[in-house]
Amino acid sequence: MSNLSLIVVLLVLLALGYQLGMVRSRKVATINADVRMHSRPHHYGMMVGLWAVLPAFFILLLWLWLAPAVINSMMLTQLPADIASQSAEQLRVVSQRINNLASNFGVVADASEWELAAAEHLRQLKANSAIVLTALMAVIAAVGMLISLLKITPRLKARHQVERVVKALLVLCSTVAILTTIGIVLSMVGETLKFFSFIPPSEFFFGTTWNPRFSTVGVGEQGDFGLIPLLSGTVLIAGIAMLVAIPLGLMVAVYLAEYAPLKLRNTAKPVIEVLAGIPTIVYGFFALVTVGPFLRDLGAALGLDINATSALTAGVVMGIMIIPFISSLSDDIITQVPKSMRDGSLGLGATKSETILKVVLPAALPGIVGAILLAVSRAIGETMIVVLAAGNSPALTANPFEAVSTVTVTIVNQLTGDNDFSSPQSLVAFALGLTLFVITLLLNVMALVIVRKYREQYE
Amino acid sequence: MSNSAAVKISAKDVKVFYGENEALHGISMDVYENEVISFIGPSGCGKSTFLRCMNRMNDTIEHCRVTGSITLDGRDIHDPSLDVVQLRAQVGMVFQKPNPFPKSIYENIAYGPKLHGLAERKADLDDIVESSLRRAGLWNEVKDRLDQPGTGLSGGQQQRLCIARSIAVSPEVILMDEPCSALDPIATSIIEELIDELKQNFTIVIVTHNMQQAARVSDRTAFFHLGNLIEIGNTNDLFTNPQQKRTEDYITGRYG
Repeated sequence: MSNLSLIVVLLVLLALGYQLGMVRSRKVATINADVRMHSRPHHYGMMVGLWAVLPAFFILLLWLWLAPAVINSMMLTQLPADIASQSAEQLRVVSQRINNLASNFGVVADASEWELAAAEHLRQLKANSAIVLTALMAVIAAVGMLISLLKITPRLKARHQVERVVKALLVLCSTVAILTTIGIVLSMVGETLKFFSFIPPSEFFFGTTWNPRFSTVGVGEQGDFGLIPLLSGTVLIAGIAMLVAIPLGLMVAVYLAEYAPLKLRNTAKPVIEVLAGIPTIVYGFFALVTVGPFLRDLGAALGLDINATSALTAGVVMGIMIIPFISSLSDDIITQVPKSMRDGSLGLGATKSETILKVVLPAALPGIVGAILLAVSRAIGETMIVVLAAGNSPALTANPFEAVSTVTVTIVNQLTGDNDFSSPQSLVAFALGLTLFVITLLLNVMALVIVRKYREQYE
Repeated sequence: MSNSAAVKISAKDVKVFYGENEALHGISMDVYENEVISFIGPSGCGKSTFLRCMNRMNDTIEHCRVTGSITLDGRDIHDPSLDVVQLRAQVGMVFQKPNPFPKSIYENIAYGPKLHGLAERKADLDDIVESSLRRAGLWNEVKDRLDQPGTGLSGGQQQRLCIARSIAVSPEVILMDEPCSALDPIATSIIEELIDELKQNFTIVIVTHNMQQAARVSDRTAFFHLGNLIEIGNTNDLFTNPQQKRTEDYITGRYG
């Protein structure tokens, strides 16, 4: 049987074991009417199902892990002596070829006699392996189910067994998430180290020129990989975005939390949150087509020279995008400030605005700072808006009316088109990504620490 | 307290509605100057609601409506020419749960005086803070740590801090909404002694669940039940010789 159908059969067995276990436990309960059963019927059912399925499943996993190597070496022992005495590297090529032949991917026409024989042998071995596996699993599943069925007594702590399995499953799931994160970081670290073998870290972190050239020019003409202009562009745009988003977001939050009637709040909040759900590429061409030209014309009217694609354009649009991050989180935090705090202030004869400014906002401040930091890390990692609207010009400038480039845009640039992943021109993307990751990670940690501190305050 | 004393607060036919639901069914009573009057009654009888009418704290609750008239020194507190902010400076409030601001002890007390511009110089403010804390019997316990957060004090100290905070704006009346219900017996007795001292200078209205407390601290007692004022009289008379059957049932513990 194929592995997929084996898994389907296991699922059927799980259901069957569950039913049998339930029936059995009810019967046991009626026989021992004077004793209370330790667990509920569905615990016994689940236990039987798990005993039937889990050991067989582990056998399956073990088999899938070990069998290919075993089969391969068995096949190799049957090869003609002159072939078998070749080097390990050549043997690998040979076994790859035979494997292809066996699974009908290979070209049979130019295969030699012994190769066809070996392929046939391999096919036979694989078929045998599948039969043995199926039989083994069937026996183990049957034994597991029978033993666990017979073990059902009023004293059997089936619930504990089931709960242990569930707990293990939960641990496994969270481990997957954590391991993925670690995996991503490790892969980035690896590539970054490779990059630093071309370019010393000091040149990368403190260089003020970004001019990587093309990888075709050759290693001798590597160009300059200075992070500073990119970082300054990122900071400039994120700064403009925060200048837009913090005042707007906070005022929205104060209005929603303190002044808006409940009905309006319940409608307005989701509508504002829609802003966060708009795809960033849409913001990007909104910036490119509408905001950029508007700012340019506005600048011309005021006698300012503003590029249509500039740090200002990208920053303003990004600020609009992150308004809901600040407004929604701050609104929640302001609402969490206990009513007793407001009552205390109002009871002393403070006006509503005095109460908000002098009691509610200071009490909510740590949480609001946390919200702002989360928004900042969002702004720093944002890509599509800046790709389209920032002008993609990696120059070191503090003038918001000029085109700039950011870390994220540069990653996109370095990784689009033909890539040679052994050149610093491509590898630099990983160094940039890791830098960005570390920055946003630090911001997030800071935000979490601050938010947690705030939570303890009223308890 | 004799009836010849000046009337401080006078309520006539006060009704409170939460949406369509009438919570108070026409309460009329007088509160005299420099007396301690306590409101007792089972939970949900409207005593706290009535207390909150006296400084219009019910305004902060949506869908809450108050009818009838309440006068403070003969002036209608719902008169549009009287600002609610002024009213609350005159009629202070101490709440059920101590609710110090998450600021320093000093800032907690200085908050009200600063808002109302009661102190021109820092030295004046220091004086107000010290005298308020002294009158609340808290000065000796906190004088060395005025810059530490008020939330770090014990429950009883926090409640005295809240009392000091309301004294600091020099009110004429202090409303106390079950001020001891979150405190242990020792902290409670300290607050009760404090109330006894405070009545030299303030009129005090106190809502309490604890009948012994009402008997200990108040000159007069009012008994509320299901949104009605059942009986009001001198505390001694009300507890020893209640005129109404329901009052007697409540104070003898037959319900409530």
